[in-house]
Amino acid sequence: MSGLSFILAGMLAAATPFLLAALGELVVERAGVLNLGLEGIMALGAVVAFIVVYHGGGHVAAFGVAAVAGILLSLVFGWLALGLRANQVAVGLAVGILGQGLSSLIGNSYESLTITGLPKLAVPVLSDLPVVGGLFAQDAVVWLSLLGTAALWAMFRYSRLGLILRAVGENPQAARAIGYRVVALRLGAVVFGGAMAGLAGAYAATVYTPLWADGMIAGRGWIALALVVFGTWMTGRIFFGALLFGAVSLASLVAQTENWAVPSQLLSALPYIVTIVVLGIITSNKRLLKINGVASLGEPFGP
Amino acid sequence: MIPRLIRRDRASLRMAVLAPLLALAAAILVNLVLFLAMGKDPAAVFYALLLEPFLGWSSFSEVLLKTGPLLLIAQGLAIGFRAKVFNIGAEGQFILGAIFASAIPVYFPQATGGWIWPAMLVMGALGGALWAVVPAFWRVRLNANEILVTLMMSLIAAQVLNYLLLGPWKDPQGFNFPQSVMFQYDAMIPILLPGTRVNLSLLLALLSAVLAWAYMQRSFGGYQFLVGGLAPKAAAYAGFSESRAIWLSLLIGGFAAGLAGAAEVAGPIGQLQRGISTGYGYAAIIVAYLGGLHPIGIVASSLLMAALYIGGDNAMVSADLPVAAVRVFQGSLLVFYLAAITFVRFRLVWPIRKGGAA
Repeated sequence: MSGLSFILAGMLAAATPFLLAALGELVVERAGVLNLGLEGIMALGAVVAFIVVYHGGGHVAAFGVAAVAGILLSLVFGWLALGLRANQVAVGLAVGILGQGLSSLIGNSYESLTITGLPKLAVPVLSDLPVVGGLFAQDAVVWLSLLGTAALWAMFRYSRLGLILRAVGENPQAARAIGYRVVALRLGAVVFGGAMAGLAGAYAATVYTPLWADGMIAGRGWIALALVVFGTWMTGRIFFGALLFGAVSLASLVAQTENWAVPSQLLSALPYIVTIVVLGIITSNKRLLKINGVASLGEPFGP
Repeated sequence: MIPRLIRRDRASLRMAVLAPLLALAAAILVNLVLFLAMGKDPAAVFYALLLEPFLGWSSFSEVLLKTGPLLLIAQGLAIGFRAKVFNIGAEGQFILGAIFASAIPVYFPQATGGWIWPAMLVMGALGGALWAVVPAFWRVRLNANEILVTLMMSLIAAQVLNYLLLGPWKDPQGFNFPQSVMFQYDAMIPILLPGTRVNLSLLLALLSAVLAWAYMQRSFGGYQFLVGGLAPKAAAYAGFSESRAIWLSLLIGGFAAGLAGAAEVAGPIGQLQRGISTGYGYAAIIVAYLGGLHPIGIVASSLLMAALYIGGDNAMVSADLPVAAVRVFQGSLLVFYLAAITFVRFRLVWPIRKGGAA
């Protein structure tokens, strides 16, 4: 298989952990809350999902348990950041550290074990095309994630809920004045973000690379946070950003198999380097951020 | 009935002092329940984790050894945190400090003289500061969030370390282990307390606390930092430069973390290897907060966190506790602390009867 068709075939799957976590965080940030704990929530989701599949519980139950674990950890965040109005940056870091600690504690006796992933579901005819064919043979979670992306896009574009969430993020005082329960709505957004990060971790550890290794999330939660900024808080752009990162992580695999004369460590660091470069390019456009950004992001709100 | 948070007229000093102690008590309670659920003997774990490090000179000297890097890094970070500059990449700056310091003994393994270890410390501090230049430039010039950039720089630093240890800096006689040569005698920082592994760098760490205290509490520059963090608009109006605060915060943080990294390789480790940092850069974030971002408070919190490291090792041996349990303990400690400090500025009011919530 040529490098290009390998990347085309695999990039959706590689993008899915980024995509799920970033879409969850998009909803959280749109509501005006910054949850920096994604990395830890993903790690917790990953380990519990792995354990469920390892003991024969199946992928559906695994994703369910991961979502619940993500929700529980995000409730700790919500309690501190929304209930007690603590500094969201500090709380996010704390929850992230706690999640990573819990994941390595829970996964202690599962280190380096492997399981079976999910089969690919191919679209007839399209998946037989040369070069791009692989793009149309993906596992069920990828197909569902694409549907979910479209649903989220429609939610923000057309629904009342999307409008309310944005109002809560733009001007919580005004939203409260016209009768919306700001803290409850924000908590709802945080819970959704936690569930999505849990699912993202579950996909990483039970489908994309079906194994458990401590630290296997490897910065993907942080890249997902950066993706929300890259996408300037817009669903479609975040989707393409996630695809870019899926492709970048696969490109380093291609380079290794084709024996490019590049140190493998440089290839491993490539997603992080790309993150820094793209972040600088996007954020230096202050006008773009001002138009699309969330006005009250990260500010505590209390009546 | 849900209690309401009412802002206090003035911050409660009593709560500010009590908060870390309350957090510690809550973390101990919750984690002991967790250990019990894991089938460990909570009394044995409690003894090994929290008491044993302080019993006996040899284990306490190991606590002091771990206190050094945590104290240094946390003092540097706290200065930035108070100015609302969130450098969470001390881990990477620490690694770069270790790498820069190691360059001297790696390239001059035969060199002798009393200049070597001081030169390594200087190199390390510069390396750490250099790694912080990227996030500072990105934030000041490109408006990019320093949280994400410092963290990405840490992940890159880990790969740089791997590259050096598997490639050009690997010890040819090292049985293919990813580690450098053992450093020569003159590359080691002199021992401070005879009979222990505690070296002179502990004094540097304590000096950093004094300097941080003098700078933050007593100088105009520190005052500008504080105002910039508390009231950015007022700071701008008064003509305090935000860019300067960001540059200084990140460079000081990187400098201190780099110094700590250098002191590890020129101290207890004595070579460059993968295990140079056991998460000091991340633990120092907890240390900084737990110490109330105050130079004196951080001295106490770094001792506590160092004791947890040593206690964790003890508990692994004596009570069969996984090392990860210490990370859970650290994380929950920060969670409870952040909950507790809410009550420095707010008080709880229970809605008992009408007009009761005054």
